[in-house]
Amino acid sequence: MAASSDRIPPPFPATEEPGAGPSDMADGDSDEGEDIFSNPMAVSRGVSQPDNVNEEPPDLFSEEEASSTTVKSNGVHSDDDNDLFADEEAHVELSTDTPGSSARKELSTSSGPHPASSFTRSPAAMQPTSLEQLEEEESKDSFDVDVAVTNPEKIGDGMNAYVAYKVSTRTSLAMFRSKTFSVRRRYSDFLGLYEKLSVKQSLHGCIIPPPPEKSVVGMTKVKVGMDDPSSVEFVERRRAALERYLQRVVAHPSLLQDPDVREFLEKEELPRAVSTQALSGAGFLKMINKASDAVNKMTIKMNESDTWFEDKFQEVENEEQQLRKLQAVVDSLVNHRKELCGSTAVFAKSMAMLGNSEDNTALSRALSQLAEVEDKMEQLHQEQAASDFFIFAELLADYIRLLGAVRGCFDQRVRAWQRWQEAQSTLQKKREAEAKLLWANKPDKLQQAKEEITEWEARVTQHERDFDRIGMTVRKEVLRFEKEKAKDFRSQIVKYLEAMLQSQQRLVKFWEAFLPEAKAIA
Amino acid sequence: LSTPQKHQRGNTMRSVSVDLNHDASLLIDIPDALCERDKVKFTVHTKTTLSSFQKPDFSVPRQHEDFIWLHDTLVETEDYAGLIIPPAPPKPDFESPREKMHKLGEGEATMTKEEYTKMKQELEAEYLAVFKKTVQVHEVFLQRLSSHPNLSKDRNFQIFLEYDQDLTVRRKNAKEMFGGFFKNMVKSADEVLISGIKEVDDFFEQEKTFLLDYYSKIKDSTAKAEKMTRSHKNIADDYIHISATLNSLSADDTTILFVSVQKVEGRVASDQELKLTELLRYYMRDIQAAKDLLYRRARALVDYENSNKALDKARLKSKDIPQAEEHQQQCLQKFDKLSESGKKELTSFKGRRVVAFRKNLIEMAELEIKHAKVSSTIQLTHFYTNEKWTL
Repeated sequence: MAASSDRIPPPFPATEEPGAGPSDMADGDSDEGEDIFSNPMAVSRGVSQPDNVNEEPPDLFSEEEASSTTVKSNGVHSDDDNDLFADEEAHVELSTDTPGSSARKELSTSSGPHPASSFTRSPAAMQPTSLEQLEEEESKDSFDVDVAVTNPEKIGDGMNAYVAYKVSTRTSLAMFRSKTFSVRRRYSDFLGLYEKLSVKQSLHGCIIPPPPEKSVVGMTKVKVGMDDPSSVEFVERRRAALERYLQRVVAHPSLLQDPDVREFLEKEELPRAVSTQALSGAGFLKMINKASDAVNKMTIKMNESDTWFEDKFQEVENEEQQLRKLQAVVDSLVNHRKELCGSTAVFAKSMAMLGNSEDNTALSRALSQLAEVEDKMEQLHQEQAASDFFIFAELLADYIRLLGAVRGCFDQRVRAWQRWQEAQSTLQKKREAEAKLLWANKPDKLQQAKEEITEWEARVTQHERDFDRIGMTVRKEVLRFEKEKAKDFRSQIVKYLEAMLQSQQRLVKFWEAFLPEAKAIA
Repeated sequence: LSTPQKHQRGNTMRSVSVDLNHDASLLIDIPDALCERDKVKFTVHTKTTLSSFQKPDFSVPRQHEDFIWLHDTLVETEDYAGLIIPPAPPKPDFESPREKMHKLGEGEATMTKEEYTKMKQELEAEYLAVFKKTVQVHEVFLQRLSSHPNLSKDRNFQIFLEYDQDLTVRRKNAKEMFGGFFKNMVKSADEVLISGIKEVDDFFEQEKTFLLDYYSKIKDSTAKAEKMTRSHKNIADDYIHISATLNSLSADDTTILFVSVQKVEGRVASDQELKLTELLRYYMRDIQAAKDLLYRRARALVDYENSNKALDKARLKSKDIPQAEEHQQQCLQKFDKLSESGKKELTSFKGRRVVAFRKNLIEMAELEIKHAKVSSTIQLTHFYTNEKWTL
């Protein structure tokens, strides 16, 4: 996902984002980059619109690049960071395919050996070329970090076996040890990174992208053997998800700064992450939901002076619900598509038998040809099924997890508020204690009380500042997230439709080849 | 869908008919039909120059059961034993759309208004498709009869076409019903009987082998085609739900594109259903009718052989020889007649089948191409204008 934090104008007071006007995007492609998912009824709708759409070439394959990057700081980053972060892009590197950009292309670009399953997407033969390559060249200059996850390799045997992935980075940023490098990482390393980031960044209100969930069943199959189709599918699914995860991490301006991220990308050997036990089984959503419940149970309810947060939170919850619904139907689609593959293959065989049985020569031949066409159709359906799953279903899964993470950062803000309130109430108590001491006239204890008051005053101030800061970060993060999400969805759907388009063009060829056979029947 | 629906003529998409209804002396069609609570009332319209009919142009209302009655009486007419009796039209089956409609009603609360409306539209279209199909299949049955030199002259056929009262009374002849039941009971013995016969005629030997084999293959293909079509339909339905949910999340042009692509999937499903599946289904039944002919001939051969044995016995005993001789002669005549007419029927059946397959396969291929092209054009146009591709 492209970074868009740089696109957001100067720090917001508690007001709407400037540039929040209704869709007065200059060019005809005004729906480019518009967030797909903003609830038209939400107060903050205008906020989530990209503010500089004009800069964005109305092109499928461009992210925000090349164009101006007056990077705005929001107090979280130091000014130095801004220069480094002009338009960083999480790019998929080592793409053998037509290079393009990130999130959309994870399917077709990982240069590692594709798993030999039917779920491999064949390099799109029909990629739009010239304009897109132009964009690519323009944008290359401004992309700072590209990451890719490739070459899954089973290490070891039996129940201790694991899969190691190659994590490759290509970057122009000075903070890295070189321009291109790669390391080997295993799944628990990715989890460990997430854990570290969560712990650290949680106080800041960032949306930490979650990695794919653990799967005991999936991994057990792999441990047993990596050759059967379902293991192959599992590994590919995980590889692609890990890649998207990393791309999102490096696309995030603050996270990229984090030394843990750098270490993850660069360091040859990582200490084995052990605390990932906590993230077993149910996964992140459950963890976040538990945290949410804890927040809700707190007795001090937040008095929201700014409805933006309430409204936005509601929006996020609604969206999550819709996505779950969509996910259920897409799962149904994937299953039905697999059924279609099966029934088409079976039908093709049956047709072939019928053709053999037929005593009219020309008709017999035509029926055999029909059987072959149906075989080819099955192949098309298989590819379509891969598309359904890897493009569509995984997109939804990613975003359901991400929305969970968004909810998580809202919770962080509430907790920050609670800490502030608690500090205030403690300060109040200290002041009362001091008053009592004044009255009781105990000078030495009084001195201590005064010191404590000073200390707590400072704490209250600190917590208040933290709360404000988190609030601003959350807003910024959410806006950035929405923009990314809109782009991501759009590009994935376009990719999905592209795949369908290719399918259909091949379908036409198959039937056109069959037609003369049918006409030749006499 | 409890309100009556009329089917209007105008759609001449006929899945399996070939060269029917061209003889101006007797033209039959079903110009419209009413559907009332899953009971279909067909309007059978006849135009004729034959003097055997009272009027040159007339219509009568008929139910499915009337068609079955007509079919069964033809099957049980001795004179037609040497003919392939056109297969009876299957009962109108609205089970699938009705069940889906019911489920839709139950699930109405969980979907958006738009989704519900779309699903309802789809179901209504499905219902209409079933309706059109059943009208066609009943129509083709009658047209097969009217195109047949012998069957078109059948008395009961004329009654069916002309009798302007309710046929129910005639139908409810208990004896006929019992006869039909009995006939079905022995059907399973068909295969054994036909296969077991010592065939002297090469033509019939070949036909027998071919038809028995072909029947099992086409029955299998029909079932598999139906399954495949159902999968397609499921996918089309999924796309409706996806489109609706996507739409409620965002209504930009990619969603609209998605929706139109979804529509094409639906088209593909119904086209396959209409062309290929219907074709296979129809000829499966037709081949069953041809097998029935072989069965009757086989029966006649058995009777002839038995009559020979009886004659030998009679000669041995020197008793009732003339009767036995006459009986034997009758059996032989019957057998010869069946063989002669059977040969003609089976030969023309072959030709008919090939022509129908050709027509349907061509039409199916053309439709697949057309729909895929439409869909790709929609998408390409979108990509060119919105995503600014250059190729």
